[in-house]
Amino acid sequence: MPTVPLTTAMSITITTTRMDKRLKRILPRVQKPARYTGGEYNQILKKKDEVDLRLAFCFPDTYEIGMSNLGLAILYHTMNSLPFVWCERVFAPWGDMYDEMKRAGIPLYALESGDPVSEFDSIAFSIGYEMAYTTVLDMLDMAGLPLRTEDRPELLPLVWAGGTAGVNAEPMAPFIDLFVIGEGEEVNNELLTLLRQAKLEGWDKQCFLRAAAQIGGVYVPSLYEVSYREDGNIQAVTPTDGAPARVKKRIISNLDAVPFPTSPIVPSTEVVHDRVSLELFRGCVRGCRFCQAGHVYRPIRAKKKDTLVQQGIEALKNTGYQELTLLSLSTSDYRELPALCDGLLDYCEERSIGLSLPSLRADNFSMEIMQRLQKVRKSGLTFAVEGGSQRLRDCINKNVTEEDLLHTCSIAFAGGWNNVKLYYMLGLPTETDEDILGIAEMANQVLHCWRLNAKNKNRGVKITVSTSCFIPKPHSPFQWEAQISIDEYRRRVNLLRNAITAKNVTYNWHDAETSLIEAVLSKGDRRVADAIELVFRRGGRLDAWTDYFSFQRWMEAFRDCGIDPAFYANREIPTDAVLPWDHIDVGVRKTHLLRERARAYRAELSPDCRKQCSACGAAGLLTEGRCDG
Amino acid sequence: MDKLRLRFEKTGRAIYISHLDLMTTMQRAFARAGLELKYSEGFNPHPLISILLPLSVGTASRCELMDFRLREDTDLMTLPEKLTAVLPEGIRVTEAYPSERKSAQLKWLDVSGMFEYDRGAPETGALAAFFDRPEIVIEKKTKRGMGLSDIRPAIERIAFCTEGGSILVRARISAQEPTLNPDLLAAALRQLQPELAPDFAEFTRLETYDSEMQIYR
Repeated sequence: MPTVPLTTAMSITITTTRMDKRLKRILPRVQKPARYTGGEYNQILKKKDEVDLRLAFCFPDTYEIGMSNLGLAILYHTMNSLPFVWCERVFAPWGDMYDEMKRAGIPLYALESGDPVSEFDSIAFSIGYEMAYTTVLDMLDMAGLPLRTEDRPELLPLVWAGGTAGVNAEPMAPFIDLFVIGEGEEVNNELLTLLRQAKLEGWDKQCFLRAAAQIGGVYVPSLYEVSYREDGNIQAVTPTDGAPARVKKRIISNLDAVPFPTSPIVPSTEVVHDRVSLELFRGCVRGCRFCQAGHVYRPIRAKKKDTLVQQGIEALKNTGYQELTLLSLSTSDYRELPALCDGLLDYCEERSIGLSLPSLRADNFSMEIMQRLQKVRKSGLTFAVEGGSQRLRDCINKNVTEEDLLHTCSIAFAGGWNNVKLYYMLGLPTETDEDILGIAEMANQVLHCWRLNAKNKNRGVKITVSTSCFIPKPHSPFQWEAQISIDEYRRRVNLLRNAITAKNVTYNWHDAETSLIEAVLSKGDRRVADAIELVFRRGGRLDAWTDYFSFQRWMEAFRDCGIDPAFYANREIPTDAVLPWDHIDVGVRKTHLLRERARAYRAELSPDCRKQCSACGAAGLLTEGRCDG
Repeated sequence: MDKLRLRFEKTGRAIYISHLDLMTTMQRAFARAGLELKYSEGFNPHPLISILLPLSVGTASRCELMDFRLREDTDLMTLPEKLTAVLPEGIRVTEAYPSERKSAQLKWLDVSGMFEYDRGAPETGALAAFFDRPEIVIEKKTKRGMGLSDIRPAIERIAFCTEGGSILVRARISAQEPTLNPDLLAAALRQLQPELAPDFAEFTRLETYDSEMQIYR
């Protein structure tokens, strides 16, 4: 990949944009104005007349969330490595800034240049979760663009999207010109190279979209016709214009060879994850049956320990961060974890840099690693137990036993930890009241374990039980399952609430209303798009925030669009039905998902990928190397 | 190394970085420059840096001062350049030197401001007359909620001239005891003589002085 020297902040004097005058009047009035100005260390500035394509890379959430997203940092870096592209960041303003911008007539602008997004050649969204859909529409609207792809007949600006939400892109299909399915490091640049050619040669939009659909991993919704049966299920999804029948997810086969940003932007204001993040591996060996991430990010590809140590140290030097975190779906499953920790701690300890390891498993949480980390920093322990009984955990293939959990807790309590969080889901397939009461019982066991092992009982203990409502997700073995109704979820919450009596145990539950909407959006088809638009038209944005989410607005929009949310969320889908996302191929075969679902009903565990390959099919995506499962 | 002092500018987009965020930004910049700050002892060690006069968000400055200590000796001549190279846009270090004077000796600040008027600027004479009053009692935020306060003694001198459609303000105001936020110059007009009040005002700190009106470093 060709690279160009990147001009960083220091060498360029501030370019006065035409928005400066209006902006500077409103900035002193809004909360945390630094998130709306750009100018951070390591931002990438280019000269606009020296690039062929200007790309507005939009994150449909706030600056603090977006700047904490490693994917965004990686793709900002890889796309800017194309000398003919200048990729700039755009985030959704918080409510106060949104109001001020509307009042002052300031359109959505990009942080680096301050230029309006409508002037860009291309607008790319990173959509990580369904609740961001209304914000995508809001950002298009703030940019002054028509929402629907059919109302944007010109090639430019091309509106495209990627991210996890792309594994079922259908609810957003009418708004987005094309989706990139899978990992974006390579395919984004292939797409931008084609777009540059199209722009310079003056192609029309249709011609470009047809050509783009031939790039592996590119899904152009408008090239697929969807027909429906009388019972509401999909009859067929038919590709046109030579588009592939199924769009195969793109992956990076060799993570050591792909560019990683060791000079990421350092925000000048506090963001959620204000630290260096290292990605250990992609994919997961575990195969929990409810988990979408564990299936759509396969196959398993690890980075080499030496690559990680080198990239971590370089990034710490280039950012000045005082904290480094290791990211993956299951940190303990990284084969070289002890050696990696040693390598990083050698550098971190003498500089008082904290190292944090989220996503450790209770079953192989090694005492040695825990004690080494303790030297630097001690935070709370969080266990995603998910199910309240061994039977239920076997059903969902969450390979954690009560014994493992209590053993780990005893080590932790003896080591001085006194803050444990236990996460569960309510409403998993086959769940009974007995399973739910098992959650309270397990919390009591943990408390008992603390009494037996705590080094200093005077400090007390805090055990937090949290439950959320199970959401069946596309491409997981539970994709056909029904979500329990809101009333039933509340009944189960109350059951658990009454069962938790110890005063050291706190119970928090996630509200079921968001979960219902999330279920509809994640399993929705193109017909749901009208409701998303209506919610936006009625003021919906930043729906992932309880400050802004309105359940009523969503339910009214469904009603007014003639959409029954229960059809999408609370209905078990027949296994022979055409699923809205069947034409998206994430690598894992449907037969594998069906097999796993059948085993779930028999409460039968499947061995993890390391013990025995289940031949899920994802390894077929690799162009080199083999699956690390 | 003993107590050191940094003089730096904060202009452009950097004026929106808050005081607390600036402390973090500075701390990270030292790390990026390979300069190890000295940390406090104790249970929760923090780097020994302190900014003499916190600057409010939205105000620019050409004369910020920050005290710091380093774990090892370093060349103070090249330090400003080294640090500026790793700071965000708009922050530029101009000087680094051993600090001798106590921060309490910093007494006065020169500021310049721009008053913008959307419907035409008033006569500069009217503005001068307003600030020439023997007392200017305004309502302002205090530690105990809103309170009345005379800001006139905190204004040592103030002058106005027309520039374009706006009015350029130059003033010497009290930096500490009492601290006068220059924004209050515009707020005073809004409260007491709204017809002279600008629609928007922005300020830049220019220079620091001691009680003898000598430049303070």
